[in-house]
Amino acid sequence: MSEFARFTGTTTYLTSPSLESAVNCALALERPLLVRGEPGTGKTLLAEAVSAALDHELIRWNVKSTTRAQDGLYVYDTVQRLYDSRFQDKNVGDIRQYIKLGPMGEAFAAKKRVVLLIDEIDKADVEFPNDLLNELDRMRFTIDELQEEVAATQRPVVIITSNAEKELPDAFLRRCVFHFIDFPTPELMADIVRVHHPDLEDRLAEQAIEAFFELRAMKRLRKRPSTSELVDWIAVLRAAGVADVKLEAALPFLGTLLKKEQDLVAFADQLSGGKRWRS
Amino acid sequence: MYLPFLYELRARGVPVGTTEAVQLARALKAGLHEQSLDGFYHVARALLVHREGHLDDFDQAFLKVFRGVEVESKKVQDELLEWLKKAMPIADQLTDEERALLENLDPEELQKLFEKRLEEQKERHDGGNKWIGTAGTSPFGHSGKAARQGIRVGGPGGGRSAIKTADARLYQGYRQDLTLDVRQMQLALRKLRTYVRIGGDEELDLEGTIAATAKNAGELEVVVRPPRRPNTRVILMMDVGGSMDPFALLCSRLFSAAKKSTHFKELRTYYFHNCVYGRVYETERFTDPVRIEDLLHECGPHYKLILVGDALMAPYELMSPGGALSYEGEERMEGISWLMRLRNHFRKSVWLNPEPPRYWEGNTIENIRGVFDMYPLTLEGLGEAMSHLLRTR
Repeated sequence: MSEFARFTGTTTYLTSPSLESAVNCALALERPLLVRGEPGTGKTLLAEAVSAALDHELIRWNVKSTTRAQDGLYVYDTVQRLYDSRFQDKNVGDIRQYIKLGPMGEAFAAKKRVVLLIDEIDKADVEFPNDLLNELDRMRFTIDELQEEVAATQRPVVIITSNAEKELPDAFLRRCVFHFIDFPTPELMADIVRVHHPDLEDRLAEQAIEAFFELRAMKRLRKRPSTSELVDWIAVLRAAGVADVKLEAALPFLGTLLKKEQDLVAFADQLSGGKRWRS
Repeated sequence: MYLPFLYELRARGVPVGTTEAVQLARALKAGLHEQSLDGFYHVARALLVHREGHLDDFDQAFLKVFRGVEVESKKVQDELLEWLKKAMPIADQLTDEERALLENLDPEELQKLFEKRLEEQKERHDGGNKWIGTAGTSPFGHSGKAARQGIRVGGPGGGRSAIKTADARLYQGYRQDLTLDVRQMQLALRKLRTYVRIGGDEELDLEGTIAATAKNAGELEVVVRPPRRPNTRVILMMDVGGSMDPFALLCSRLFSAAKKSTHFKELRTYYFHNCVYGRVYETERFTDPVRIEDLLHECGPHYKLILVGDALMAPYELMSPGGALSYEGEERMEGISWLMRLRNHFRKSVWLNPEPPRYWEGNTIENIRGVFDMYPLTLEGLGEAMSHLLRTR
């Protein structure tokens, strides 16, 4: 097998051996890399880091609930063509000018190798990943209107992100190299906090992180707070001049961390040693 | 060392097949693991595991196969390359059909393995030893017996750090031992979609445009129409508590599948106990009652009714006017009459029963089957039930 560029992280994006290994597997085997993990663990940033490290252009495809697989390949603007047909200034016989490549189409058509990020694939319809299987496998598709094939000369590096909670079809999963980004450890979290709040007092940082992880450890929370919530919370604490925090019933600005009413109730319940109901 | 590891994974319900094996072999040939067990751990994990629910199984299998073995990594690689030489031609020779056949075999094989393990588990439990592993990992697992048990594979084994990583079992929390998973149910429920065009004009009606333009002597006339929107309204009523407890997990899964489905115009969910009497409830704890009278008034016959329950109860609970015990006055009507009333109101209704069909004779299920079309709560039954709801009489 030919040598390939290995990914070892960038100066601003810290990796772990297992993440590097997963990225390198995807690069070597030319398979899509599926990254899953809780929100706020840097899934999307990974694509940027890979693109920067390998010096490939990054093409993003942000998936929405209405996105169809076809949108990623190309769009044929029939209405524009119809309108143009009324005037003589454009040659409507040339269908090409009404075909617009989608992000995936662009990635295939690119002359150089690119990084294609398919962000939050789970947001679309349940069948969406299945519709992409063939194109991802063969890295080519046909534009029916032109009878022309778009084929990737350099197979793009495909990075797909998905939220941890949603199920994806098995057939799709089989074709991907999988990596699950862990939630940061307290030590890593301390580093992350320091990046966002460089001049934070050590004592407050320690206490806040400790309280944060204890909060996350509570079993009955529906939505556990993530990194961004911790960062916000610390910002609020500092703005209000709070000097120290402890995990008691009166945790200041709890609303920044827990966003669901049931969670606030569950939290109060747990601290007051209230009766536990069936979980 | 390599093949046993794959089989160990399969035994634990991680679906690795030829594809994964060949992928792994290719990765190792490319030297991705950098001749170390650590590297092998990471590479294998990226390629063999496809969902976080299996990470814990992977760690356990890795521990079992590689713990305490002094691995000379060079030897591993040689062995793998050897294996690769043998395996690659075979994999290539397989036609697509054969490959499909291989995939189809999986469930049976898994079933066998699962049964075997269930037996084993009993023995070890009786012996008072701690069962290592989790019998519930198989897709065929049933509730109850196979409790998820975290194991402590004790002692520092002089292992290297990959072993330590695996030993830490960081992914225990992500296990998901599912029987009929939510996604499968969701797909079955999708059959129920029907669409109508309502709302603002947002979509180009190509055929309409051509027709209108032709009529207009070639002068362009663009016709737009509203996009398709879902038009199915569903009422889901679920039996909870008592004899339904063993099926609680299955039912909650059906519930979340229904809730997650975005293709219903409206989904109403209610709970009842044993049988529907005068009212149903909006919560599992039987608060917020809704009178059947009001419900029938609000929901026209075009709603599709899905009842879920084991339909098992004492005959008087179904047949005698006082069966509901807690109600009085106008609601003193037999359970069966209430069911008939529901049945007669809605054009389409179905009863899903988690009890296997072989128990459907000689008890109240038989009576209820006289009222509702009943289907077992399995993937197949669910599919049939959905087709039944769509059929036009």
